Amino acid sequence: MVLNNIEKLIEKYDNGETTLQEEQQLKDYFSQETVPPHLEVYKSMFQYFLYTHEEQFTKDVPLKSKKTYSLYQWISVAAVAVIMLGIFTQFEIFQTQPQTLADLTPQERAEYEEAKEVLALFSSNFNNGTDKLMALNMVSDNFDKGTDNMAYLSEVSSTTNKILKTN
Amino acid sequence: MTQSEFLNIVMPFKDKVFRLAKRLLVSKEEAEDATQEILLKLWNNKQKISEYKNVEAFSMTMTKNFCLDKLKSKHAQNLKIVHSNYQDKNVSLQKQVELNDSVGWVSKIMEELPEQQKIILQLRDIEQYDFEEIGKMLDMNQTAIRVSLSRARKSLREKLTKTHSYGVK
Repeated sequence: MVLNNIEKLIEKYDNGETTLQEEQQLKDYFSQETVPPHLEVYKSMFQYFLYTHEEQFTKDVPLKSKKTYSLYQWISVAAVAVIMLGIFTQFEIFQTQPQTLADLTPQERAEYEEAKEVLALFSSNFNNGTDKLMALNMVSDNFDKGTDNMAYLSEVSSTTNKILKTN
Repeated sequence: MTQSEFLNIVMPFKDKVFRLAKRLLVSKEEAEDATQEILLKLWNNKQKISEYKNVEAFSMTMTKNFCLDKLKSKHAQNLKIVHSNYQDKNVSLQKQVELNDSVGWVSKIMEELPEQQKIILQLRDIEQYDFEEIGKMLDMNQTAIRVSLSRARKSLREKLTKTHSYGVK
């Protein structure tokens, strides 16, 4: 390469205006054995750059893989959460079983009222029946009284027996 | 993400991370620790890696911040990285390619540059990133990068010329 050209490149280089290609040209030029004495300085610079570029990192890096939580482990955690949630909500449902009238739809309410009426009718007739049973109760009371009197009778009979024996 | 997938992403630029860390922290051991730290951070956040637009630029930014933080805490503790126990194990390699002493000087002189210039010079002249990428990594506009780069190159050259002509630093 023409020396003139190199000198121009050097000037550009000093001003930080060279492209990477031009710098490569300079490096190639200065890797040759002999350079003009006034460019000796650049020779050592460029050779140093090339030489240090060869240096390598040789030490090993201990790459320990951190314990990574696999998908399965997270799934098990999620499953436990779901089960707990399930139990909890079931519990809640049992707790809130008693519903108020306000919870029912109009149709359900109508059915409910109907059923209530039927049951009321039934129960009132049932009570009528019990009134009649009261009479039976009274009979049984009188009957008990009768048995009490019978006790007297048996006493009388036992005394008469005694009298008969003594005679 | 498996380990091999992660390594496929990280492999292409782990050396760049290391070299940037070494540029800033100077000592090889420190740089290795820093690189390890950065890669582990990436690994621990591997779920998020796909969200990053540019993992490499992101890592370089991380490296820069991490190293600057480290330097800051060192300054705060009034500790300095001791270079006396630090020996470049690649010296023989250096000799193999028959580089002269001045190559060693370049490294020493680069250490003296301000951090910002060091980073830019490293990213541009050694790692050969284009200005757009550097702008993303450092959150700077491209003109500012060019100016800073030009300053870095010029002061590097001037200092080198001095050592060349006097043979002393």
